[in-house]
Amino acid sequence: MKKINKSEARFLLKQMMEIRKFEEAVMDLLARGIADGGSHLYAGEEAVAVGAMAAIRTDDYITSTHRGHGHAIAKGGSLPHLMAEILGKQTGVCKGKGGSLHLADVSQGNLGANGVVGGSLGIAAGAGLSIRLRATDQVVLCFFGDGATNTGLFHEALNMTGRWSLPVIFICENNLYGMSVSVERACAVTDLTQKAVPYRMPAECLDGMDVLAVREAVARRVAAARKGGGPAFLVANTYRYYGHSRSDPRVYRTREEEKNWKDRDCIEQFAARLVKAGILTQAEVDECDRETAAAIAAAVEFAIQSPDPAPEELYRDVYYEAEEGSIYA
Amino acid sequence: MREITYRQALNEALAEEMDRDPSVFLMGEDIAIYGGAYGVTAGLMQRFGEERVRDTAISEAAIIGAGLGAAITGLRPVVEIMYVDFMGICLEQVNNQVAKIRYMFGGKTRVPLVIRTEGGAGRTLGAHHSQSLEAWFLHIPGLKVVMPSTPADAKGLLKSAIREENPILFIEHKMLYNTKGPVPEGEYLVPIGRAEVKRPGRDVTIVAHSRMLLFALEAAERLAGEGIEAEVIDPRTLLPLDIETIAASVRRTHRAVLVEEGTRTGGTGAEIGLQIMEHCFDYLDAPIRRIAGADVPMPKSPVLEKLTIPDPDRIYREVRELLA
Repeated sequence: MKKINKSEARFLLKQMMEIRKFEEAVMDLLARGIADGGSHLYAGEEAVAVGAMAAIRTDDYITSTHRGHGHAIAKGGSLPHLMAEILGKQTGVCKGKGGSLHLADVSQGNLGANGVVGGSLGIAAGAGLSIRLRATDQVVLCFFGDGATNTGLFHEALNMTGRWSLPVIFICENNLYGMSVSVERACAVTDLTQKAVPYRMPAECLDGMDVLAVREAVARRVAAARKGGGPAFLVANTYRYYGHSRSDPRVYRTREEEKNWKDRDCIEQFAARLVKAGILTQAEVDECDRETAAAIAAAVEFAIQSPDPAPEELYRDVYYEAEEGSIYA
Repeated sequence: MREITYRQALNEALAEEMDRDPSVFLMGEDIAIYGGAYGVTAGLMQRFGEERVRDTAISEAAIIGAGLGAAITGLRPVVEIMYVDFMGICLEQVNNQVAKIRYMFGGKTRVPLVIRTEGGAGRTLGAHHSQSLEAWFLHIPGLKVVMPSTPADAKGLLKSAIREENPILFIEHKMLYNTKGPVPEGEYLVPIGRAEVKRPGRDVTIVAHSRMLLFALEAAERLAGEGIEAEVIDPRTLLPLDIETIAASVRRTHRAVLVEEGTRTGGTGAEIGLQIMEHCFDYLDAPIRRIAGADVPMPKSPVLEKLTIPDPDRIYREVRELLA
């Protein structure tokens, strides 16, 4: 614990709490019929997004997934405007046109959550290529799940990134199941780090329930990529607490397995370590919890009170139209 | 005016835009050392270097995805998919990602991406290298679909496409690469989204794009010899369609013939025809006529291939029939 100071500790703890409570609030809104539509909740996996994002700068890019609320929050999205987007409101980060499956504030360098498993890996490679051609020292964090590693685009994008040595850190959030099908049932090779080997990039496995372990590994890979060291591949072992989506009865996994993971909960574990190391007191941890709860309650209130999009929004943003003049002038 | 080929015109457009704007770069299969399967990018790697003219692996989905990623982070990629027949391999990226990213994320991004590809029959390449699939893409809001028929349009439209802030599917035709036509020496653009009357006439409106425009003009020439003045319109951009120019013509001629190389069912003629009906039903003196490719996979046999797609003689005969 010596590598972390008090303000960093508070930041990481609070951000994980924000994500957890955000997801609990979404679940509650769904249950009460205030929210509808799809929702793939990130609860349980918070240490991955928070640890990874703590290792990059605001001008770096990420690509996200269908389970992207945590990435959107950790990449600097505003809680009220993210929650408003969940409800499809005009004040949402996507003006109510994206929703849970497309929850991302592109203006913050989040190049998109994605409704297609593995759909964003090419975008990540392209952002990496753009960094190369523009000669900056930015990096891309490309998040995806274990399920995506069996798609064609995964292999195309890793090959392209490896061949061109682009500054992309691939972060596989291995939560053990692609919807219901386990890694064992889906993958010919279950050690997912092996999937990076043919593409000439270093790979390592890390504890995705440990925010500091994630931060350390990502920071190390990012530092190398900024100096032209090329891509890397990280497999963060983690677990989603809820089912794949709201309608999932979780028949493919046991309650015992769920308990074992929850016993290692990333937030409780981190808070306990901080208290034990004397970095935060229990009272300070409780204060973080209260502040976060208040912020989420305010976000929910903002979202509920926000107006629906105006009908004229329907056709807006399909195409970019120049505000003034035209390229043919 | 000097005459150059459609291929040279495209090559000039790429070179000029790369000269003008360092954020323009090219990426695709066999486009660098080889110069493109049909030679459109010949010499560009030598001139602009391997960083800006990039050979890729055979990875259509990653080519489109990476093009998108580069486009939304400050560059203006022109990516090439060797045959339009291969678009199915990357259709998810085009449809779900490229065309929708701006809308899905509330208008916070722009997608200055050009996807160059080519299609069409004529080289007896069979079912996987001869299709005209443009109609597929009319069903994708957020995308623009451009199909030049002449060297001058090819150059002016490609330069415009590269400067656009929206994703463009730019479909060339393999049988047009060697065709020659007048192309201005200096800088010019052809606007995307505007049709052009390629031959004025009063008796019937023929709408034809890509190679079919040339066939329609040939038919019109023959019809003129018999006193029938056909007005021939090239939409040039199929999405968004310049229906105003087409409708204005039909209101004068009262008859419309739509020519397309792609298969008939669900084709461009179906869409353009219905739009004509919506805009000028009361002006029509005859049913709208579609002349289209046969609803079959493209056969190899040169004899069968010719039967599959429209030709000038068929356009001539069908117009005669319509006016009889």
